[in-house]
Amino acid sequence: MTQSIANSVPTTGGRYGRFGGQFVPETLMTALIELETAYEEAIQDSAFTEELAYYLKDYVGRETPLYYAENLTKTIGGAKIYLKREDLNHTGAHKINNAIGQALLAKRMGKTKVVAETGAGQHGVATATACALLNLECVVFMGAEDIKRQQLNVFRMELLGAKVESVESGSKTLKDACNAALRYWVTNVEDTHYILGSALGPHPFPKIVRDFQRVIGVETRRQIVEKEGRLPNAVVACIGGGSNAIGMFHPFVDDEEVALYGVEAAGAGLETGKHAAAIAGGKLGVLHGAYMYLLQDENGFVQEAHSISAGLDYPGKGPEHCYLHDIGRVTFESITDDEALEGLQLLCRTEGILPALESAHAIAYTAKLAKTMAADEVIVVCLSGRGDKDVHTVRQVLGGDKA
Amino acid sequence: MTTLQQAIEQVNDAGQKAFVPYIMAGDGGLATVKPTILQLQALGVTAIEVGIPFTDPVADGPTIEQAGERALAAGVNLRNVLAELASFREEITVPLVIMTYFNPVLAYGLEAFAQSCEAGGVKGLIVPDVPLEESAILREVLNPYGVAIVQLVSLTSPPERIARIAAASQGFVYAVTVNGITGARASFANDLDHHFAQLCEASAIPVLAGFGISTPAQVVSMGALANGVIVGSAIVTALHNGDSQTIEDLVAASR
Repeated sequence: MTQSIANSVPTTGGRYGRFGGQFVPETLMTALIELETAYEEAIQDSAFTEELAYYLKDYVGRETPLYYAENLTKTIGGAKIYLKREDLNHTGAHKINNAIGQALLAKRMGKTKVVAETGAGQHGVATATACALLNLECVVFMGAEDIKRQQLNVFRMELLGAKVESVESGSKTLKDACNAALRYWVTNVEDTHYILGSALGPHPFPKIVRDFQRVIGVETRRQIVEKEGRLPNAVVACIGGGSNAIGMFHPFVDDEEVALYGVEAAGAGLETGKHAAAIAGGKLGVLHGAYMYLLQDENGFVQEAHSISAGLDYPGKGPEHCYLHDIGRVTFESITDDEALEGLQLLCRTEGILPALESAHAIAYTAKLAKTMAADEVIVVCLSGRGDKDVHTVRQVLGGDKA
Repeated sequence: MTTLQQAIEQVNDAGQKAFVPYIMAGDGGLATVKPTILQLQALGVTAIEVGIPFTDPVADGPTIEQAGERALAAGVNLRNVLAELASFREEITVPLVIMTYFNPVLAYGLEAFAQSCEAGGVKGLIVPDVPLEESAILREVLNPYGVAIVQLVSLTSPPERIARIAAASQGFVYAVTVNGITGARASFANDLDHHFAQLCEASAIPVLAGFGISTPAQVVSMGALANGVIVGSAIVTALHNGDSQTIEDLVAASR
């Protein structure tokens, strides 16, 4: 039997090859060490895993369907396309899988408060939801620019009892919200847990987020075998920091015959420099606690990412994705804002499903990929979230005279 | 013994507390680096912490963050600050300690950075986002160029960890006095005495207190717990406002 790639990382110190690590102020080190210990104990404890399974089933609504998108398949012409319907989760995206898991962990650790960052607002809503459910105080940091783009999610978080703090520094997007959340955590570390929402940050966060999101890929693997009697030829997921993608990919990493595609946001186009494609256009660097591919200038200053999708608008990629890129296991492609908007409309018209702008990147790439494949081949796409939150943005761009 | 440690112990031997001001290099433009350092040096400070602006300063509060934004807007970066330091190196008589986040150092290249530190008379380095676990590479590359790697101890560090950090730190141990980020504070926790007693006991090298120390009275009270103090935001604000009296008062309080 060949050695497992999936289980080979992280190694000591939270390394994924040359990526990952723990680059944080000393004040947080003890909290990270405690978190790692508490997490490793929790996942060995059936009381914890059973409680998590209970909430995922009866509260979140798992398992989510794996839906054969027949109309989309016929419209494109090529491989059969299946959609993993994470958009049907409670709160409308995959983010709740991790938020519930970490909120339960926070409770177990005796923390009474939670802080989180959010870009599109999906992780913020998911965290606010989990905190309402489990009676935890919740503060969510969100870039002022994203607050403008995602007004409805801001109000949803407030309805759920969370305090939303606007971040006015830097590019006023997800990266700056992470800075603010880290500062808040440093200041309130004794009674507060940081629910990081993506497969990013210092160890053990990338591992915890991966493990809580693995349910996506685990279900998908079982479902596709039930429906097709075999594994898919390709799996596609959009990638900002990379939480839905790592959750979807991880259970397939050791299946050599399954091609894995991560779709970055190319924004206005890679050649314009206005994008969020850190793997296509970044260099090795350290931000928010870990080595990763990072959009930066020659002085090591972090550059602003650009994407129509707030959830992909981040200048780095999670360390495990960077590693899977380095070893050639995952292929990273990119999709522009315009292509994503086309993907969004395509799925609306063919299947009656409005995807989140993030997920629309995966749909748009799938449309390209499916054409190059045979009709007896199978692609699974992670439809990470629903697009209700993006209607305003999409209407502004496409609405024109209709708006 | 490192130059940095020597400078602190000399001051302590004379019955005084070490006083290390922090400046944001190039707040006001690159041309301010030289006169600012010479001005502080003339006031008799023990060493000077030279901050490098960064786009994502997660350990800093609003005062230093905004100073950094002004410096970034003026085109200041690690490379041109080190070149500036090298240009008047002969006039520098106090040890300089660079404080920068890790990514600019990585982008510079560790070896090239070490060489530029030596050329600029830099004697110490503080990287707030490189904790003990990740710090070996810095000592390995920078020590041959005479640069001490200063580690931080926080209020949340348990005793066993404090001992390991104190043993690894060079020049001095940077004792963070609050849970939080840089910037002025009206008051400090009550149990600092015990924390500092434990830390000073564990450390064979000087311990300097920093984060939140912004008034002469705090210089006295926090200085009493350690071998000296680091004052950041208050100095940055005073320099920005052209207020040299405040700086003189802060330095005088350490005597």
